[in-house]
Order: sequence, then structure tokens, then C-alpha cells
Amino acid sequence: MIPAPFTYKRASSVDEALDLAADDGEDAKFLAGGHSLLPLMKLRLAVPEVLIDIGRLGELRYVREDDGHIAVGAGTSHDELARSALLASELPLLAHVAGQVGDPQVRHRGTIGGSLVHADPAADLPAVALALDATLVARGPAGSRDIPASDFFESLFQTTLEPGELLTEIRFPKPEEAARWAFQKFTKRAIDWAIVGVAVQGGNVALVNMGQTPLRATAVEQALAAGAGPRDAAAHAAEGTSASSDINGDRGYREHLARVLVGRALEESGTRA
Amino acid sequence: MKVTITVNGNQVAAEVADRTLLVHFLREVANLTATNVGCDSTSCGACTVLMKGPGEAGGGKSVKSCTVLAAQADGCEVTTVEGLADGSGQMHPVQAAFHAEHGLQCGFCTPGMVMAAVSLLDENPAPTEEEVRSALEGNLCRCTGYHNIVRAVLAAAPAASERRSA
Repeated sequence: MIPAPFTYKRASSVDEALDLAADDGEDAKFLAGGHSLLPLMKLRLAVPEVLIDIGRLGELRYVREDDGHIAVGAGTSHDELARSALLASELPLLAHVAGQVGDPQVRHRGTIGGSLVHADPAADLPAVALALDATLVARGPAGSRDIPASDFFESLFQTTLEPGELLTEIRFPKPEEAARWAFQKFTKRAIDWAIVGVAVQGGNVALVNMGQTPLRATAVEQALAAGAGPRDAAAHAAEGTSASSDINGDRGYREHLARVLVGRALEESGTRA
Repeated sequence: MKVTITVNGNQVAAEVADRTLLVHFLREVANLTATNVGCDSTSCGACTVLMKGPGEAGGGKSVKSCTVLAAQADGCEVTTVEGLADGSGQMHPVQAAFHAEHGLQCGFCTPGMVMAAVSLLDENPAPTEEEVRSALEGNLCRCTGYHNIVRAVLAAAPAASERRSA
């Protein structure tokens, strides 16, 4: 399978990438690791006329502590996140989940920014960004703006980024109790997308693949805040969700999985506290 | 566009279509056909090669060459299974261990499996069996049931580590 023809351009800086995107408008797409975009292009589900390669921009690859929060460059690979000592101590949820994405080859190429802007509700990292109350920093022709993760995911594969805008950084507030985290993912094979997944940080609970976007399990969070235990809170896991039915399971099955996995995740995060 | 890639130590330069995939560059431009196209959808790992970007340290990291553009590898160093043996034809310890432990049957997945194992041992010189199994999750073998492959990687670890420090 070969992608439809396109013109390849390599940017040597974020500024140049934005200029190139401004020239080519909606026909252009940014290419980082390419592990969401290239598979879609090979299937001809995405047919951009121009690819702007930002994969070599060192200015987008970092994990650092910055004014009380953790700042992650959008071009940082899953493998780099999984090996980051700073994340291991400050955001162990993110480090752990990055090490669960795909397989080693995918983690060597795929980037956190690419995964977030692809906005696949079955992907792991979008739910983690929600659970960690991340802020996404986008740069565009009009300058830079901050987008809360809760406003970023609009619908299936759709974000609130404007054409020509580039996600450059993801900022994470430091959790009060970094150790109170858990991640549960149910798959048939190790490399598969989650049939359902759950990310927990403190009292925040986010769901993978339970609707058109990653979702916060608000009813579970409210039950926890009102003093419910893990099992009682988890009974609310399917409320407000709109899981799809497909070859891996129908909606009812996914709702059942969500309740089971949320229960397990809450118990697991409790034992780490 | 003009793409120049150092493949197994030799510079290969060619004018290729922008949409050329790295695996096709390796097979059809560099004429190195050990790297196989299996699923062509980032799942099976038969096309796994090592890729090292300009200025990166180490021996390169495993990537699935069906999901990398040749243009993305422009200026990079790529190692395929043909580049593992040393100048005298001595097999790489991972290749020797696959032979000794009978880590293959039909052999189609083997080039990718070997490259994934080399990358693993580069990152983790003394993996446990569990770590080997999880590091090979991106490589599918339909013949062996994986047991001898895992055994081969574990057996190769000490010699692979010696070779790297030599």
C-alpha cells in the first residue's frame, strides 16, 4: 500500500513549519513520527497534498519542569516519555502509559503530540491528558494559545485546532499525590488498540474508547468525591458514555468492561497511595 | 526528491517519489531484499530495521520501515539484517543464536525478528524472559509459537553485549 502522491517538505524550525503551513492552507498536514498519519494515508483515508515534516525539530523534544508544572514537547516520542526519570517521579501515569502504546518500534517513532492531535478515542494518551488536566499549547499564524484538554477533543479524529495551528507543548500540573495513579487497558493482543481503557489520577477518571472522544467519567468522580468506595463508584462508569459497537464488542459489553476496569483501576490507585 | 541514506555503512543516494516508503527504498533502490513486507500496516514487524538519526548515539532504534517515508530517513543511518554480520562474514550473536536455538521455521519474520532483538539488547543488555516477550510484541511469527525465538534472544544476550563493548 502506497500513499496517494503528495509533496514532502521538511521544516528546520517551528517558525518555518508554520510559514509552510500558512502557504499550503488546508491541503497540508504536519508529519512528526507519522505513526497515526502514514497508516491512514496508505489506506487513502487521509490524502493531504503536502506533508510538512517536523520530526527532526529538537525544539519540540523535551520533558522539563517549568514553573511548577511539567512541560512536554509535542515531538517527544513515546519511548522517550517512558524512559524519562522526571516523569517517573512526577507523572508516573504518563510514563507508564507511554510505555504501553503500540509496540517498541511504534514507540520509537510515535510522538505524544501526534497521538493527541490524531484524536482517536481508542488511543491511550488522549485519556491520560484528560485525567491529568493537561493544557495543550498551540502555535499558529495568530500566535500561541492554551487549550485545556477538556476543550481539545471535539469528535472522532477531530480537535479544536485551527488549520495551520501546530501543537507544540503539553503542560501538566503536578498531581497532589503523583503515586495515586492506575491504568487499565483491555485488549485481545498486546499491540491492539484498547477495547476499553481507564486512566486514573487521584480522583480523576478518564475513559478510553467509550465514545467519540476520550471522556472523563464524571459520575464516577462525583461518587468518589461524595465518599463512595471503588466498587460503588465504578458502578457509574458507563453513565454519560456513548460507546460504539464493533467486531470487538457491542456497546453493552463495553459498558460492562468500563465498570469492571474502573473498579480495578480505583482499587489499584488506592493501594499506591 | 533526492534521498541519501547510509544503508549498512554504504551511502545510497537516489531521486525517488516523495511518497516512497523506506522499505521500498531498501528493497528496490538499495537492492537489499532481506527486509520483508508482511502486513504492510505497522502490525507484523517483518520490515523492522534499525534507524539512527543525524547526531543520535548508539546503533539505531528499531522501526517498521513500511511506516517510515524514505524522505524521513534522508541523512540517517539504516541497518538491515544484511548489515549485521561483520566484515569476515561472522554472524552477529543474535543471528548465531537464532541458528543454534532453531528460532525460525519458514524464515519470513526472521529478519524483522532479529532486528527487533538487536534493538532490545542494545537498550536492555540482560533482559528477563518476560521482557523479551514484551519487547517482541510488535513482531508476529506464525510458525514457531515464539518459544525458540525467545530462547535465542536470551541466549544471544551475553555475546551481543560483549560485541557492543568490543
